[in-house]
Amino acid sequence: MNKRLVLWVLAGVLALAAAIWLLQGLPDGQARAFVLKLRTERLVGLLLVGISTGMATILFQTVAANRVLTPQIMGFDALYMLMQTLLVAAFGIAGFAGLPAGVKFTGEVAVMVLLAAALFGTLLGQGVRDIPRTILTGVILGILFRSLNTFVGRVLDPNEFAVVQQASFASFSKIDAALLPAAGALTLIGAAAAMLMASRLDVLGLGRDPAVSLGLHHRRVVLAALAIVALLVSVSTALIGPVTFFGLIVAGLTHGLTHSACHRVLLPASAMIAAITLILGQTVFERVLGQAAFLSVVIEFAGGLFFLLLLIKGRIR
Amino acid sequence: MIRISGLSHRIGKSAILHDISADLPKGKLTALIGPNGAGKSTLLRLIGRLEPLQSGSVTLDGADLSRTPTDQLALRMAVLGQQTAIASRLRLRELVGFGRWPHHKGRPRPRDLEVVNQALAAFSLDDLADRFIDEISGGQAQRAYLAMTVAQETDWLLLDEPLNNLDMAHARSLMARLGELVRVGGKSVVTVIHEVNYAAAWADHVVAMKQGRIVAQGSPYEVLTSETLSMLYDTPVGVGSHRGRPLVLHHV
Amino acid sequence: MRLLPAAMLVLAGLSVASLTIGAASVSILEATRDPWAALVLMESRLPRTLAVILTGAALAVAGVVLQALVRNRFVGPETTGTAESATLGLLAVTILFPASPLWVKMVAASLAAMLGTALFVAVIRRLPMREVMLVPIAGLVLSGVIGAIATFIGWQTDLLQYVNGWLMSGEFSGVLAGRYELLWVAAVAAGLAWFAADRFAILGLGDSVATGLGLSPGAVMRLGLAVVAVVTAMVITTVGLIPFVGLVVPNIVARIMGDNLRASIPVVAVFGAVLLLTCDLIGRLIRFPYEIPVGTILGVVGAVIFLWLLYRRPAHG
Repeated sequence: MNKRLVLWVLAGVLALAAAIWLLQGLPDGQARAFVLKLRTERLVGLLLVGISTGMATILFQTVAANRVLTPQIMGFDALYMLMQTLLVAAFGIAGFAGLPAGVKFTGEVAVMVLLAAALFGTLLGQGVRDIPRTILTGVILGILFRSLNTFVGRVLDPNEFAVVQQASFASFSKIDAALLPAAGALTLIGAAAAMLMASRLDVLGLGRDPAVSLGLHHRRVVLAALAIVALLVSVSTALIGPVTFFGLIVAGLTHGLTHSACHRVLLPASAMIAAITLILGQTVFERVLGQAAFLSVVIEFAGGLFFLLLLIKGRIR
Repeated sequence: MIRISGLSHRIGKSAILHDISADLPKGKLTALIGPNGAGKSTLLRLIGRLEPLQSGSVTLDGADLSRTPTDQLALRMAVLGQQTAIASRLRLRELVGFGRWPHHKGRPRPRDLEVVNQALAAFSLDDLADRFIDEISGGQAQRAYLAMTVAQETDWLLLDEPLNNLDMAHARSLMARLGELVRVGGKSVVTVIHEVNYAAAWADHVVAMKQGRIVAQGSPYEVLTSETLSMLYDTPVGVGSHRGRPLVLHHV
Repeated sequence: MRLLPAAMLVLAGLSVASLTIGAASVSILEATRDPWAALVLMESRLPRTLAVILTGAALAVAGVVLQALVRNRFVGPETTGTAESATLGLLAVTILFPASPLWVKMVAASLAAMLGTALFVAVIRRLPMREVMLVPIAGLVLSGVIGAIATFIGWQTDLLQYVNGWLMSGEFSGVLAGRYELLWVAAVAAGLAWFAADRFAILGLGDSVATGLGLSPGAVMRLGLAVVAVVTAMVITTVGLIPFVGLVVPNIVARIMGDNLRASIPVVAVFGAVLLLTCDLIGRLIRFPYEIPVGTILGVVGAVIFLWLLYRRPAHG
């Protein structure tokens, strides 16, 4: 199928899904405006999560030259949560937590971008040679960050432990509307930056040696891509919490549908596929099955099995 | 004597061995030769009960392999498969010591330690006895495994490409050692050999295999002829003679 | 070998420290005269110290057995789905036969743990042989998938509290006389492993070598799985999930004295007890009189040791 056509079809499906989500079973009268507003907010939230998860995964897989990784498998989301706790610890609960949600969030994302670029730039910067060891490192870093997070939380406040633990489950249905403006702006910046880099990412996708010989400033592109990944992962983690394997499914679907290595196609396609999956999934589980919380469990479960399948099929390289 | 009758083997859909019957003589050094994929290793592994028999039977000095308890078989034959890198961190002395395990089941007696020391000495591993296997070279590790197999002190030794990783000098001294075990020690050795000339120089009995079938067997002079080898390897092979033994000229 | 006596001396010192430290300020030297001090000692301090030692020793031994079974150094009972499977088994018996006695629940948990570990072994047998690092990754993902099922079932049946108690970071603060004795079963299982040490060491050399020496690889595998499963099941039901002990301790001991399990299992056991008791003491002291769960401390300490093991120069000469 024509690459451009794929994008148009996806856009059509996305519009349809959004319409169903907004209009299905809309009540009459006074409740109508209220429900519509609520649904619009959640639609925007799901769109942002979709765009950020899809694009972050594609970018990350290109940098790591590997099709089975997601930033979350490598501990990005755990780093974000640890960083949140540390910021609270460093600046005091009153001073920092008192800031408006959008400002606080933007500050967190800025720190996260620097941290992630420094940490994962060292880990992935030279191009990954021993992929399994790098994945294992990421997984263990994730455990380390999560444990440190719990540890710092406990030391800060031995009694109010529940607050820290709460954030360890993903939920697609509890998106904080106060974060949406800042999250929207950051997602747009990240997505635009990624699209601007698209042709350089295509070259990066060839691998380190060909990329360098084609004159690509390899290290700079890797760091820039990782910074965008960190930004996008921060957005999705702040909105819905940690989802480890969702990106994997999205990336798999994207490669399967587009059969393209061109990032100008891959990036928007992955964003739309992620958004469609989320919106349709949420519609079905919330309105048809009446089990809104099921979705994140089912997606994670399916993603985990998909990962194991890729592993057994020897597709890790 | 090892008697193989009606042995067939499949892995998945591909047939590896087709209805093989043969007798491997006791008190001799038997070499299994043939091109890659002929089924030599599979045959050896089946005789050594490393793979379960699918059809046919194997008897070892009259005892049916499938009816004899595996721990008793370990006292009558020792098997050395092709080594893959192992994760265990053992000293050479400990590794060779496990060759005595079928005899003492965890309580080594002085005699066991003595045999281990002899085996280490026989493969010139004395100096390396307290090194870890992951700290030595591939050839040294291969000798350690051979020492372990010999330390098992069984009538039969089954070896799968024991010359792997060994340099010229160690390869020759291993073959000499095997020959000595047969002639002086009264043992029987069955070994898969890749390089035909080692079979030519040392074997008493040669079994040639191709595509899962035995195509020739007998003394080296009967089997290692220009005609048989050219057919076996699908390439023209000349055979000369050196010190009363066949000399296969396949490299020119 | 002087290693064992030295390690036991350290363990004795730590045990004395553990007996003297606690929220209640009593002097154990007074125990013979002061009935209150005697009560604290016999009902709380001593059981706790024993529980930590038994758990650390048994988990470390289970780890060494598991590593011999799967011939991979980067796995432990907590990264192979064993603990999660035991939880699933407990959950099943709690839901289906709520009135069943404790021993039935323990048998169910052990059997489920054994099945789960066997599943892990079946999965890794299908991985490409040389990919050493894929084995732990497969184990971690499998743990995640089984854990997700357990969490979800627990949540649907209002048993989430129990599931979290089993799978969240383990701690010993609840240990009293009468509430830790199952750990002796774990210790007995670990003792059994020492009895069969040669068999596990031989199996670690490969199925061919084991068969050649007259062992049945299947039987040794089942025995090993049973040891690992029983230890894990007893530990998670009594104190919860304790990460990294079964993973890093066997590595450290193997580095020093190799894999002759008959000689190394006692050392592994003592090292495991020392590591866990040290971490438990840190957890008790760092925010005194509050406690930080030992699982959290180990998550940090263990992850750091593990990363070191991953990137250290290999022992090859």
